[in-house]
Amino acid sequence: MRKGNDMAKVISIIDYGAGNLRSVANAIKKLGYQPMITSDSREVLDSAAVILPGVGAAADTISSLNKLGMTDVIRQLIQRQRPLFAICVGLQILLSGTEEGGWYECLKVIPGKVKKLPPGFKIPHIGWNQVKQRVSHSIFEGIPDEANFYFVHSFYAEPEDMSVVAGTTSYGVSMCSMVIKDNLIAAQFHPEKSGEHGLRMYANFLKLALNGR
Amino acid sequence: MLTKRIIPCLDVTQGRVVKGTSFTHLRDAGDPVELAAFYYREGADELVFLDIGATPDVRDIMIDIVERVSEQIFIPLTVGGGLRSIEDMRRMLKAGADKVSINTAVVQNPKLITEGAEKFGSQCIVVAIDAKRLESSDGHKWEICTHGGRKSAGIDAIGWAKQAASLGAGELLVTSWDADGQRIGYDLELTRSISEAVTVPVIASGGAGNLEHLYEALTLGKADAVLAATIFHYQINSISEAKDYLAARGIPIRKG
Repeated sequence: MRKGNDMAKVISIIDYGAGNLRSVANAIKKLGYQPMITSDSREVLDSAAVILPGVGAAADTISSLNKLGMTDVIRQLIQRQRPLFAICVGLQILLSGTEEGGWYECLKVIPGKVKKLPPGFKIPHIGWNQVKQRVSHSIFEGIPDEANFYFVHSFYAEPEDMSVVAGTTSYGVSMCSMVIKDNLIAAQFHPEKSGEHGLRMYANFLKLALNGR
Repeated sequence: MLTKRIIPCLDVTQGRVVKGTSFTHLRDAGDPVELAAFYYREGADELVFLDIGATPDVRDIMIDIVERVSEQIFIPLTVGGGLRSIEDMRRMLKAGADKVSINTAVVQNPKLITEGAEKFGSQCIVVAIDAKRLESSDGHKWEICTHGGRKSAGIDAIGWAKQAASLGAGELLVTSWDADGQRIGYDLELTRSISEAVTVPVIASGGAGNLEHLYEALTLGKADAVLAATIFHYQINSISEAKDYLAARGIPIRKG
């Protein structure tokens, strides 16, 4: 347990049983950082940077996070403008609600819906697809526009406020694949599985987060 | 646009890569970790590890390999071979695999597909279908085989593919038992029939001998991804050559 000033540089990965936690931790370690894997709300709130991993269903994710009191923690992190990187279903749960399993209420941090990908293409959307950068932001530093990232999902976020949509990807529909709102970064794709561009995105996030304090 | 995936498959037994001994420039081409890192650098879109001599006691070796590979390579990693239970799947995923590929166990107990999908998400569950072509008076069909091809299950491959997808498989890895290792090209009819019968992605496997075969599987065979072992292991072609070739022929491919 680290206390006081030490926390200024702590990078936490929220541990709520998500399948890709280890891959995310491996990517952060590869960049030379030592992440703290934690399910303790205090530790998460005290961290300089937080990563919310995610794979699987939105309802399960929210219920696992709720059991740990983490949905409130996530809301607080965003309210306090703490650097937070949310991945895949971690992005989806931030919207108002999802069509997954009928209709399920989400955290309502980003007004908008999570919708099922349209028919006509293979679902899940699995593989490498391009992210079109809609904004100029240091998270994209060193990453070319329309670089490929690895996706695996059947639902996508549709924020009401287009100004938070930082990246889009085309798969039967032009969908939001990245959200940036203050210090919240959220990606539908998996940077930890997206080769060198993915590692670079995490590096950019951590540089932003750790230098900003 | 979603790109088509090129997936090298590493056959591992007792912790060693079975093929691939011609990589003279690698320190130890039999080391799955070193070979995986090599393919990652070359631009592989994904990797599949197949434990072909899987018995419970050597499974621990595979777990160690998966742990070490996932520390070094940052592309999706699928592990298959001998996985029989939810607990087997959990151990592989926990070690760092992104997906598990299952054949025999889900043919014997299809409910395992649903249980796995509910526990870990559909995206983790790849159902491997090994299909053998059968000629009959009214044309031909494919039946699935299990136990590494040793046993015929007497089940129609297309019907099984539909069932597996509806039970919760996130992807199907379709191997032609007749073409596998023959370098005569994928069984395009098999791949196309399954790809058209399901809405989940289909990975074509078995038979790749040259780059034209990859192209055919992705076009005529309607595959979403191609898996190959021999052409990459024996360096008949490199992954970057394969990608250049496919891109030049108009296939959407990830480069760089």
